[in-house]
Amino acid sequence: MFPLRVSDLRWHAAGRAVLDGLSLELGGEGITILLGPNGAGKSVFLRTLCGLLEPDAGHIDWGGAARPEFGVAMVFQQPKMLRDSLLGNVELALRPLKVPAAERQARARAVLERVGLLHRARDSARSLSGGERQRLALARAWVTRPRLLLLDEPTASLDPSSVEAIERIVREIRTEGTRILMTTHNLGQATRLADDVVFIDAGRVCEHAPVQRFFARPASPAARLYIQGELPWRMAF
Amino acid sequence: MNGLSLAFSEAFSLLAGFDHRVAEIVLLSLQVSGLAVLFGTLIGLPLGACLGVGRFPGRQVLVVLLNGCMGLPSVVVGVVVYLILSRSGPLGEFGLLYSATAMVIAQTFLVVPLMAAIARQVVEDAWRDYEEELTAMRFRWFDSVRVLLHDCRHSLMVAVLAGLGRAMSEVGAVMIVGGNIDRSTRVMTTAIALETSKGDLPLAIALGTVLLGVILLLNAVAYVLRQWATRRYA
Ligand SMILES: Nc1ncnc2c1ncn2[C@@H]1O[C@H](COP(=O)(O)OP(=O)(O)OP(=O)(O)O)[C@@H](O)[C@H]1O
Ligand SMILES: [Mg+2]
Repeated sequence: MFPLRVSDLRWHAAGRAVLDGLSLELGGEGITILLGPNGAGKSVFLRTLCGLLEPDAGHIDWGGAARPEFGVAMVFQQPKMLRDSLLGNVELALRPLKVPAAERQARARAVLERVGLLHRARDSARSLSGGERQRLALARAWVTRPRLLLLDEPTASLDPSSVEAIERIVREIRTEGTRILMTTHNLGQATRLADDVVFIDAGRVCEHAPVQRFFARPASPAARLYIQGELPWRMAF
Repeated sequence: MNGLSLAFSEAFSLLAGFDHRVAEIVLLSLQVSGLAVLFGTLIGLPLGACLGVGRFPGRQVLVVLLNGCMGLPSVVVGVVVYLILSRSGPLGEFGLLYSATAMVIAQTFLVVPLMAAIARQVVEDAWRDYEEELTAMRFRWFDSVRVLLHDCRHSLMVAVLAGLGRAMSEVGAVMIVGGNIDRSTRVMTTAIALETSKGDLPLAIALGTVLLGVILLLNAVAYVLRQWATRRYA
């Protein structure tokens, strides 16, 4: 699946270029954070990677192979849960993989334990708080043991301790060898988690750099403005 | 005592005494409509769910047709099934006309579109919610249908109860294909129609009371179920 080479991806909606020649190359390890202003095309790019959107033009090369049927998991910004227990929701993700029913439950319980939700395994997934729901969504993706995990703002509107819990889980998933590509608007989170940062603006990649370099010396003017816009607010404390 | 209150008091003594004529008719009604709704569930709900999830040319036409068939007049269904089952009809050789089987067939035709239309709406709404998640998990559309049928089970129960209500209360279809034959194809609605026209009000009132009770009970069950599901799954 790696190196993943995305070249000149284009996608239009309502007569406007949302992805406008997006190119990117990803190696097989680590956490890459996608940064960029609202409407830059980050979510659309993630959707394209997991096959929900067909680009109008451009090409994705999955390490020389065709698009893999399995091995890519996605956690949406607003994850939807079935009217079922936590366990049922996690097991759901294993069904397309044809995992036998007995093994499904064991795997689901194991992963619920790791996100700290095993004690609520039989509760209704719809009764969870925002932070718990995100952890459940991570569990549902993790249980499939993906090679590539796409996370769309997994900590948007969560409190600091929930953010920390999610970050801990994301690190654990990475440690098990899953490649992670995630978006966030939390620059502190980017510095804590990222190995490298991809900055997207207006549907194309402006900059792809190791995390320290990116924050110390952003090369593109757009990235510099974006960071400045965020940082003064953060430094007021 | 005037005639009407006499009729009512006789009706209630029929009910209180578990009159066997009344019991027989009620039982047959429940059997016929119950079976029709069972078939309706097996056919209508998956059909509706497939229409709710699938995207194929001609789908919108089917949806409009289905919605139109929700209010199909029962006498029309009766006539159509009559023609199919009559001696010269395509299924005439089985001699099913004027049997309970014929009534089940007619009521199945009646409830399938109703139940399918409700299921289509319910499942389509759920699909809009889950489409991206399920597609990203690599569910094929047919497996998505199964997941959604299960996920919408409480709302679909309402479709089942609506089907049962419609089947129990219709009179046109069973009258035409069943013939309202005493002790063989006489159900509550046809009996009520007949007894009223004959002037045997006590029996008509007794059966009417039972029918009303059954319909009210179905609605109460639907209501309680909804409440419970809302509380359980928020
Ligand atoms: N299905 C769609 N149809 C039309 N326009 C769309 C569609 N999906 C996305 N867009 C548009 O594409 C642009 C990029 O959207 P996208 O959701 O990728 O932004 P984003 O970078 O994720 O922003 P945010 O940080 O706010 O989440 C937006 O202007 C959006 O309106
Ligand atoms: Mg987004």
